[in-house]
Amino acid sequence: MTEITEPIANEQKVKPQSSLKRLGKRLLKSKTGMVGLIIVVAVVLMAIFAPLLTDNDPAKTDVINRLLPPFWLEGGSTEFLLGTDNLGRDVLSRIIYGSRISLLIGISAVLLAGAIGMALGLIAGYYGKVWDFIIMRTVDSLLAIPNILFMLIILAVMGPSLITLILVLGGTSWVVYARMVRSETLSIKERDYVRSAKAIGAKDFRIITKYILPNVLSSFIVIATLNVATTIILEASLSFLGLGIQPPDVSWGLMLSDGREYIATSWWVATFPGIAITVTVLGVIFLGDWLRDVLDPKIKD
Amino acid sequence: MKYFLKSLVKTIPVLLLITLIVFLLVRVTGDPVSLMLPETATEAERDSLREAMGFNDPLPIQYLNYLRDLVTGDFGDSFRYNTDALNLILERLPATLELAIASMIVAIIISVPLGILSAVKRNSFLDLFITGGAVLGKAMPSFWLGIMLILLLSVTFQFFPVSGRGTLGHLVLPAITLGTGIAAEMTRLIRSSMLEILGQDFIRTARSKGLGEAIIVNKHAFRNALIPVVTIMALQTSTLIGGTLITETVFAWPGLGQLLVQSVNLRDMAVVQAATFIIAIFVILSNLFADLVYRLLDPRIKYD
Repeated sequence: MTEITEPIANEQKVKPQSSLKRLGKRLLKSKTGMVGLIIVVAVVLMAIFAPLLTDNDPAKTDVINRLLPPFWLEGGSTEFLLGTDNLGRDVLSRIIYGSRISLLIGISAVLLAGAIGMALGLIAGYYGKVWDFIIMRTVDSLLAIPNILFMLIILAVMGPSLITLILVLGGTSWVVYARMVRSETLSIKERDYVRSAKAIGAKDFRIITKYILPNVLSSFIVIATLNVATTIILEASLSFLGLGIQPPDVSWGLMLSDGREYIATSWWVATFPGIAITVTVLGVIFLGDWLRDVLDPKIKD
Repeated sequence: MKYFLKSLVKTIPVLLLITLIVFLLVRVTGDPVSLMLPETATEAERDSLREAMGFNDPLPIQYLNYLRDLVTGDFGDSFRYNTDALNLILERLPATLELAIASMIVAIIISVPLGILSAVKRNSFLDLFITGGAVLGKAMPSFWLGIMLILLLSVTFQFFPVSGRGTLGHLVLPAITLGTGIAAEMTRLIRSSMLEILGQDFIRTARSKGLGEAIIVNKHAFRNALIPVVTIMALQTSTLIGGTLITETVFAWPGLGQLLVQSVNLRDMAVVQAATFIIAIFVILSNLFADLVYRLLDPRIKYD
C-alpha cells in the first residue's frame, strides 16, 4: 500500500534544499526505509571489505575440521564462528564472500535488463506499429515461459559461468521494464510539451532522450531496485539447482545446496546462508518500497 | 465470445515466437548432436546422427520440419529414458498438478483470513504483524524455507517424511513450501483490494442501513475484493510452475518440475523442448481464462 506522502505545501515552506538532502530527510522519517538502507549498506560494506572481516579462506577445505558446529555448541571452535561445512570450509567466511556474488550479479544483471528494457520500451511506445507488435509479442512469449526454466535451458546450452549467469539473468528479465516504459511512453508522448517539441521540428532521438526518458525514470528506478531482490533470489535458485555459480566460487545458493544433504546432522550449513539471503532481500525490498512511496506514489504493489 | 476469439487469434504469433525461441536456443547456440550423444561418441557417430536428424539442412528448412513435428504431436524421444518425450511428460503431470492444487489451498487458507483481518484492522499492531510477515514470506527463498521445514518437522520432530510422494503426509511440506510465497503475494493483494472496496459508497450505504460489520465485510466487501485477486492469481500460473521446479527438487517430488531440472542437467533436450512448449500453452490459456473471468465477474468492464 502506498503511504500518503507529506503534503507539498509543507515542503514549499522550508527553504530550497538540494533534492538529495530532501530525500535524506524523508528517509529518516521512514522506519522501514531506514532499516532497508542500513541492511543494504551493511551488505555492500561486507562485500567490499570481505578480506578484512575474516582471516579464513572461504574455499580452503580442511577435512579434519569438517562439519564442526557453531562456536556456542559443544565441539565448536571460535576459529569457525558459524561452524564448517562438509568439506571443512568456514561457513562465516563463505557467507561474507558470498555477498560479493549476490551483489555483483544482482546489480549488473539489473543494469543490463534495465538498459535493454528501457530501450525496447521506448521504441515500442514511441514508434508503435510494427516495432510495438514485434517487441510486445516477444514480451508475451517470454512471459509464457517460467523465467527460471528459460534461464536453466540457456545455462545448460551455453554452459554455466559468472558471465553467462549475468547475461542470462539480464537478458530475460528486461520484459518487466519494457512493459512499464512502453505504457508510460504511450501516455507521455501525447502530452502538450512533447507535441509542441515535435511541432517545432525536434528530432525523435532528442524528444525521446530529453522529454520522455526523464519522465519514466522515477518509476524505472523503483522497479529496478525491487528487481535487485528478485535477481538475488533467482541467482541463489539457479546455483541451488546446479546451473549457476560453480565451485570454487562461493554463492549463498550453492551453500544451500551443499547444506540440503547434511540437514539431518549439521543444520548450520544450510541455515545461515538462507538467513543471509532473506535479510539481504528484505533490506532491498524495504528500500524499494520506500523509494516507491517517495518517487512514485502512483505505482501500487 | 467475439472478444475471446480475438484474443485467441492474438496468441498465434506468440506461440510461433515461442517455438522459434526454443528452436533457436537448442539448435543454434549449442551443437544439438553433442547434447544428444554421450561424451564418448566418435566423430563418425556424430556425423551419422547429424545427417539422420536433418541437422545438415538449412536452418529455415529445419525450423519448418520442427514445426511440422510439433503440430503432429511428435516431440521426439528422450535419450535418457528411451521413450516418447510427450508420454514421459504426461506421466509426470498428475504429481505436479497435485502439488500445485495443494499449494493453492495452503495459500488460500493462509491469505484469505489474514488479508481480510489486516484490512479491517488497518494500521493496528495486528496489521503491522501480518504485512511484515507477508514481506518476510516474499524475501525468503522457497528452497530455503523447504529445507528449514525438513529440519524442523521431519528431522527434529519427525511429523512428516523428508521426501518422496505417496501418502498425504508427503504432500504437506512441499505444499507449504510452494504455498507460502503465493500466500505472501495474495495477502498483500487481498489487503489492498479490501481497503479499496471498504472505502467505497456502497459499503457506506450498507453501514448506514445498520448492517452488522461481519455481514458487510464478508458479504459485501470480500466478494468484490476477490475479483482482482482471482485474476492476478491466475496470471501467476507461470510463477507457480517455475516454483514447482525448485520445490520438487528439494523434496524429490516425482513430478514435471523434477523431470525438467534433471533433463536440463542431462541435456535431454527432447524432454525440455516438449515440456517448455506444453507449459507455455498452459500459461497462455490460463491468462486468457483469467482475462475472461475478470470481464465476466466485473460488469463495469465492457468488451471492446
